[in-house]
Amino acid sequence: MVNNHIQRESKFKLWLNKEGSAYGFLSGYGLMFIIFIVVPVLMAGLLSFTLFDTIQFPKFIGLKNYITLLTQDDIFMKYVLPNTIEFAVIVGPGGYILSFILAWILAQLPKLPRTIMALILYSPSMTSSVAMAVVWLTIFSGDQNGYLNSLLLNYNLIQEPIQWLQSPQYLMTIMIIVTLWSSMGVGFLAMLAGILEINPEMYEAGALDGISNRFQEIIYITIPSMRPQMLFGAVMAIVATFQAGAIGVTLSGANPTPQYAGQLIVNHIEDYGFLRYEMGYAAAVSVVLLLMVLLFARVANSLFGSNE
Amino acid sequence: MSIFKRKRHTGIQYSGINPKGYHPSQLKFYIILLPLAVFMLLPMAFIFSHAFKPPDELFAYPPRFFVINPTFKNFIDLFSKMSSSGVPVSRYLFNSIVVTGVTIVASILVSSTAAYALSKKRFKLKKALFAINTVALMFVPIAVTIPRFLIIQRLGLMDTFWVHVLPALAMPVGLFLIKQFIDGIPDEIIEAARIDGANDLSIYFQIILPMIKPAIATIAILTFQATWNNAETSSLFINDESLKTFAFYLTTLTSTSAGANTVAGQGMAAAASLIMFLPNLIIFFFLQSQVMSTMAHSGLK
Repeated sequence: MVNNHIQRESKFKLWLNKEGSAYGFLSGYGLMFIIFIVVPVLMAGLLSFTLFDTIQFPKFIGLKNYITLLTQDDIFMKYVLPNTIEFAVIVGPGGYILSFILAWILAQLPKLPRTIMALILYSPSMTSSVAMAVVWLTIFSGDQNGYLNSLLLNYNLIQEPIQWLQSPQYLMTIMIIVTLWSSMGVGFLAMLAGILEINPEMYEAGALDGISNRFQEIIYITIPSMRPQMLFGAVMAIVATFQAGAIGVTLSGANPTPQYAGQLIVNHIEDYGFLRYEMGYAAAVSVVLLLMVLLFARVANSLFGSNE
Repeated sequence: MSIFKRKRHTGIQYSGINPKGYHPSQLKFYIILLPLAVFMLLPMAFIFSHAFKPPDELFAYPPRFFVINPTFKNFIDLFSKMSSSGVPVSRYLFNSIVVTGVTIVASILVSSTAAYALSKKRFKLKKALFAINTVALMFVPIAVTIPRFLIIQRLGLMDTFWVHVLPALAMPVGLFLIKQFIDGIPDEIIEAARIDGANDLSIYFQIILPMIKPAIATIAILTFQATWNNAETSSLFINDESLKTFAFYLTTLTSTSAGANTVAGQGMAAAASLIMFLPNLIIFFFLQSQVMSTMAHSGLK
């Protein structure tokens, strides 16, 4: 027994000598990672099987939250899910393809103009949605003083001011434009760097192999040689798309958004979690959101992942 | 045909990827980019112009895009005003600066030490831990706001300074980028130092840190953007008005209930958004070449 104890202790010491310093270096980040990422995700998973109103201890109710979500939550099925899919499919791949095309065009320019242009294209994504709200609210303001209304009235394109941000038929379009406008983010910079890194000899070899135009060059040389950056950019685009979910509420100034026109899954979580205090149900919606992100990432991975 | 094509990449480069100078063939790219750049710049130009407008121009009909008689009145109004709960606006700005500064330093330290371990140290779980972090690149913080809220409450971090800092330190993309960058440092350098008797700490401080400056600059920018622009922490986890940040104060100016439509409100909101936006631009402007060299290592395999 005592022997065993000593043995275990020396084993521990051996391990500490060998790997202790590595874990020491990891400890700070690791701790924060566990507290603010791992535990919340696990908790969301657990809470999603409970009834939890923040006051009483969570009560286990099995799959009931998910069943309610799929069968009884009309708002989720009629508005939130279709809205989220529409938003994600246009903004995600749209912003991604736009980022790639712009990165490719920028790579065709000399360094100075390229740097200036990159700065301009990247700048919307570094501006907080908070700061931009001021701009969008003024431009799309619903009275005749709104810039867009004033412009359209001036050219007699409309007869009276339109309530852009309060109208269900315009809100989603505006949300998509605003998000696309700020979609040239980290992924865009990564793809630009990736294109610039490609060895010029690759293109020469491609030319010898019969590649005759720039489009073929992109398909057969550029994209395959920068798959890792393409994948990184895709992951960043997916995350940014789902993270941008609050935009509808920011623009319309209300959760729920007018007639649920701009209601995305993120707003639905907030609605149930912080407005109705149905935390268990909100957690189930969170899990669905995380699964959606994972699904999108799987698609990206099958497109650009290494074949190992 | 193919010989003709080859010329493009030999000798002095004028066209193709990363050309050295101007060439008429680039003109078509400028024709595409310039209108787009103007479109992208419009809202930014609008912030600048709006922030300096006197009241009569802010509400002129028809509205004018550019300011005619620029004035600092909006800024003076902004800083002479108390928030509705009696906290001066400069206090929010001060909080933002301190929070952002501390978070950047802590984030650099925490991410780069962890990245060093994941890149250069040998231990059993190394690959697994890096794989977990790579999966976490897909993490969407907004999805787990509720569990995070419960954890922060349980840890007693509500209404403390640290609630601004600590959650921001778990930044998978930061660790990922630094780790990839450190991978580019040859192992021989570290082995040589170890033979000379250097321990892990001195290797980290004297060899790794000086060699990964571009990656550090990149993390600094990403952390800056995440923290400086963050209004959620203040609205969810802080009740004490004197601990809230400038980004949060700006949301109170723009939310329709608090008077975005009042005359003074709009001018101040415009001035405040300029203050929010400018540091982003300036920092990125000075560090962009470092960011680009880090991004070259960003590939996800």
